[in-house]
Amino acid sequence: MTTTTIGPNSAEGTAPPAKQRGSVRRILQGALATRRGQVGLALTVLVVGFAFIGPFVPSRSPVEFSGVPYSLPGNGAGLLGTDALGRDVFARLLDGGWSLLLLATISTVAAVLVGTVAGVVAAYRGRRTELFIMRSVDIMLAIPQLVFVLLIVSVIGAKVWLLVLAVTLCQAPQVARVMYAASQDICERDFVKAVALWGMAPRTVIRRHVMPSLTTPLAVETGLRLSFSIILISGINFLGFGTKPPNPSWGVMVNENRLGLATNYWGVLAPAIMLAILAVGTNVFADALARIAFGGGESEETPAVAGLELAKS
Amino acid sequence: MNSHPTSQHDSGLVVEGLTVVTDERGTPVVEDISFAVPAGQVMGLVGESGSGKSTVGVALLGLARQGLRIAAGRVCIDGVDILSLQGKSLQDARGRLVAYVPQDPISGLNPALSVGRQLREAIAIHRDTVRAGETIRGRVRQLMDEVGLPSTDAFLSSYPHQMSGGQQQRVAIAMAFSCRPRVIVLDEPTTGLDVTTQRRVLNTVRELTAEHNVTSVYVSHDLAVVAQLADQTAVLYAGRLVERARTAAIFRGARHPYTVGLLKAVPSPARSEILVGIEGRPPRPGRWPHGCPFADRCASVVEQCREELPVLRDLGDTESHEVRCFRPEPPLSVAHAKEPVPILPGHPQPILAVRSLVACYGPREVLRDITFDVEKGRCTAVVGQSGSGKTTLARSLVGLHQAWAGDVSFAGAGLGPDPRRRTKEQRRTLQYVFQNPYSSLNPRMTVRENLEEPLRYFYPQLSRRERAEKVHDVLATVALSTAYTERMPHQLSGGERQRVAVGRALIVDPEVMVCDEITSALDVSVQALLVEQLRRLQVERGLSMLFITHNLAVVRSIAQEVVVLCDGVIVEHGPVDQVLDHPTHAYTQQLLADLPSAEGDNTAA
Repeated sequence: MTTTTIGPNSAEGTAPPAKQRGSVRRILQGALATRRGQVGLALTVLVVGFAFIGPFVPSRSPVEFSGVPYSLPGNGAGLLGTDALGRDVFARLLDGGWSLLLLATISTVAAVLVGTVAGVVAAYRGRRTELFIMRSVDIMLAIPQLVFVLLIVSVIGAKVWLLVLAVTLCQAPQVARVMYAASQDICERDFVKAVALWGMAPRTVIRRHVMPSLTTPLAVETGLRLSFSIILISGINFLGFGTKPPNPSWGVMVNENRLGLATNYWGVLAPAIMLAILAVGTNVFADALARIAFGGGESEETPAVAGLELAKS
Repeated sequence: MNSHPTSQHDSGLVVEGLTVVTDERGTPVVEDISFAVPAGQVMGLVGESGSGKSTVGVALLGLARQGLRIAAGRVCIDGVDILSLQGKSLQDARGRLVAYVPQDPISGLNPALSVGRQLREAIAIHRDTVRAGETIRGRVRQLMDEVGLPSTDAFLSSYPHQMSGGQQQRVAIAMAFSCRPRVIVLDEPTTGLDVTTQRRVLNTVRELTAEHNVTSVYVSHDLAVVAQLADQTAVLYAGRLVERARTAAIFRGARHPYTVGLLKAVPSPARSEILVGIEGRPPRPGRWPHGCPFADRCASVVEQCREELPVLRDLGDTESHEVRCFRPEPPLSVAHAKEPVPILPGHPQPILAVRSLVACYGPREVLRDITFDVEKGRCTAVVGQSGSGKTTLARSLVGLHQAWAGDVSFAGAGLGPDPRRRTKEQRRTLQYVFQNPYSSLNPRMTVRENLEEPLRYFYPQLSRRERAEKVHDVLATVALSTAYTERMPHQLSGGERQRVAVGRALIVDPEVMVCDEITSALDVSVQALLVEQLRRLQVERGLSMLFITHNLAVVRSIAQEVVVLCDGVIVEHGPVDQVLDHPTHAYTQQLLADLPSAEGDNTAA
């Protein structure tokens, strides 16, 4: 009989059954292979390393008087001179980064978590859930971020947890919008509908079938949000909230020393340079990730690309 | 160049040694293509996906897709070698000597300009093709008449999106003919059209070819269309011609094992036949073997086939019939290629009974008073053109479309529109297979994980080992080896993916499987494999199926009952042989009359 010709397919090809797992890893590797990615990561690591090793580097006290205010480097005034109150600028620079980075990281992680859940659930559930979540997001996006944070902080008081919460609330809607756009496409794919048809719980469908396809936009979005968080928090620091004096923070330092810009410019310039390098570094790296994730046409399926790009524009 | 030599000698299209390679490494994608088509004739270029047929098609315009370049060969049109032209003269030749009709007409037309303006523009570029005494406007009207479109101002000032797919495609054809080219390349121009529109477009192509004495090259994967339209046919496999002859000679006496395989795989609208597919897939560019590229899939392979590449040699007695094979098969006619399907015994009970189903999209009723049965162990096909509501019917039954009312009973119990209100048992025993195999599998899961997913949900008590066993069994059922278990979906071909998707539905032992156009994205050789697997499941497991399709020929091969849908209403319903042999409704008769057949027995122009 002719039906017998349908034998098992011989395992064709020499290619090993390589699993293309962990697209995050693939994208990281891809990004690191580009010049853009290398430069971005190098700049980021430079500043992050400085901030976290800083407190352990033996140096003068960052909070005690060490010389005439606004003295230039040299003549026993330290590597970068002294600040408005005569404290050592370099010591404060070493000590003033980690709190900023820690706060930025915590609020970014929180914002990405909240925003992702909101965006994906809105896209998956649709209808009223979508309407409620996405319109709330729109309202929150309409409020200027810095004004929003200042409002909360000035009403309730300058507490660190409050600062983290405020920054999280600022960032989460942005994340929600991007993840919503990205997951809308995924939720419409047949493989998601297929498992939903079996009657699988929405939570399980999202966790097992929607989220794995969103790792790419998620990675890029996290990088982007991190750099915005850093800028936001240092901006708030500059305005005098968040870090209690005399503790050093790069944002605070810029504010404290701006009056002495003409005398010892290092008091402003040094923290500003660190912040600038960090912001440029994280941005360039996130950009490299995005280019690898969305730019190359090497993989057939382009999960959630169009949506993401739409949301950005 | 203005005067076209019309002597018999050099008129028409002559292609010699055409080779297209990749830019980077020079890997051949298409190699040593040679053929000649006299003016006034249509040549069919047939091949399955990835065979290089479109690459050859655009190379005839001196073009290559990004990443490719034409490395060698000549493409002579009335004695002028297109490939030797450059710059202005090449631009001039495109449109005037050779023109192109793309697969998707909407991508070839500018959405922001009216069609009249686009046609006038095309003609204005080659102004000297307008003959003495003609105006551009007059020429546009003449073209519209020729392709069977209204030449009124109202029509000419409409925009592409205001037209139907068939009208768009005819505008694209008018555009191609606008500058009186000598050669027209048509790249699957009817793929997205339904059979009635397809037939009209094909007639237009045939008439214009004869009337203007041009050469048409018709690139297609559809054997039946080529059989109807083309004067001669060339079969392409892995970038090389494997057989070329007059169309009748190919379809009545194929010699190359691949062509023979294709003829055994193409379903006939006239008879229920067992289809035979071709296992495996063609080698990709860069992986071409030393010898014959078909050797791995060929039944009559010998040692010599793997050692050297056979040359294209002429086997014809009276007329040219070129075949690239050391051991050509005895001539095989498509009419005698396959065995008839055995008749299933017994009178089965209905398992899925649909009574007076009405479905809506918003305020619009898309299905009215739908009543039919699916019997145990049988296949009921639902056919109809696009927009007839056949997919809505399938989606309503499985629970993807919920705006419907009616009386549906499944295995004795009622079935409501909301899938969440159905029992778990109902959701398990009624399974749905999606049309597009490229989106129905989770791209982040291996084949095994995709197959295990329904088991984890429906049979949570199974141990890891029991699940592995079931996956193993179901892979065997859909004829995939266990080597596939750890692959990712993107490493599989479309046919393999669709088999995994069918496997995912089968693994939970369904009673009824709803298949929505599951073969329409597949090549005929792969479609045949899938159809035969489904038939075997009917017999061996008593699986019942609701098979949604627009392809009447496939219906013949797989189904026992057929429901013909037109504008949301069942116009005809009954056993397949009865409905297709003696259609009573005008709509069914029209569908059958418009259906192209590889046997070429209804070639009325």
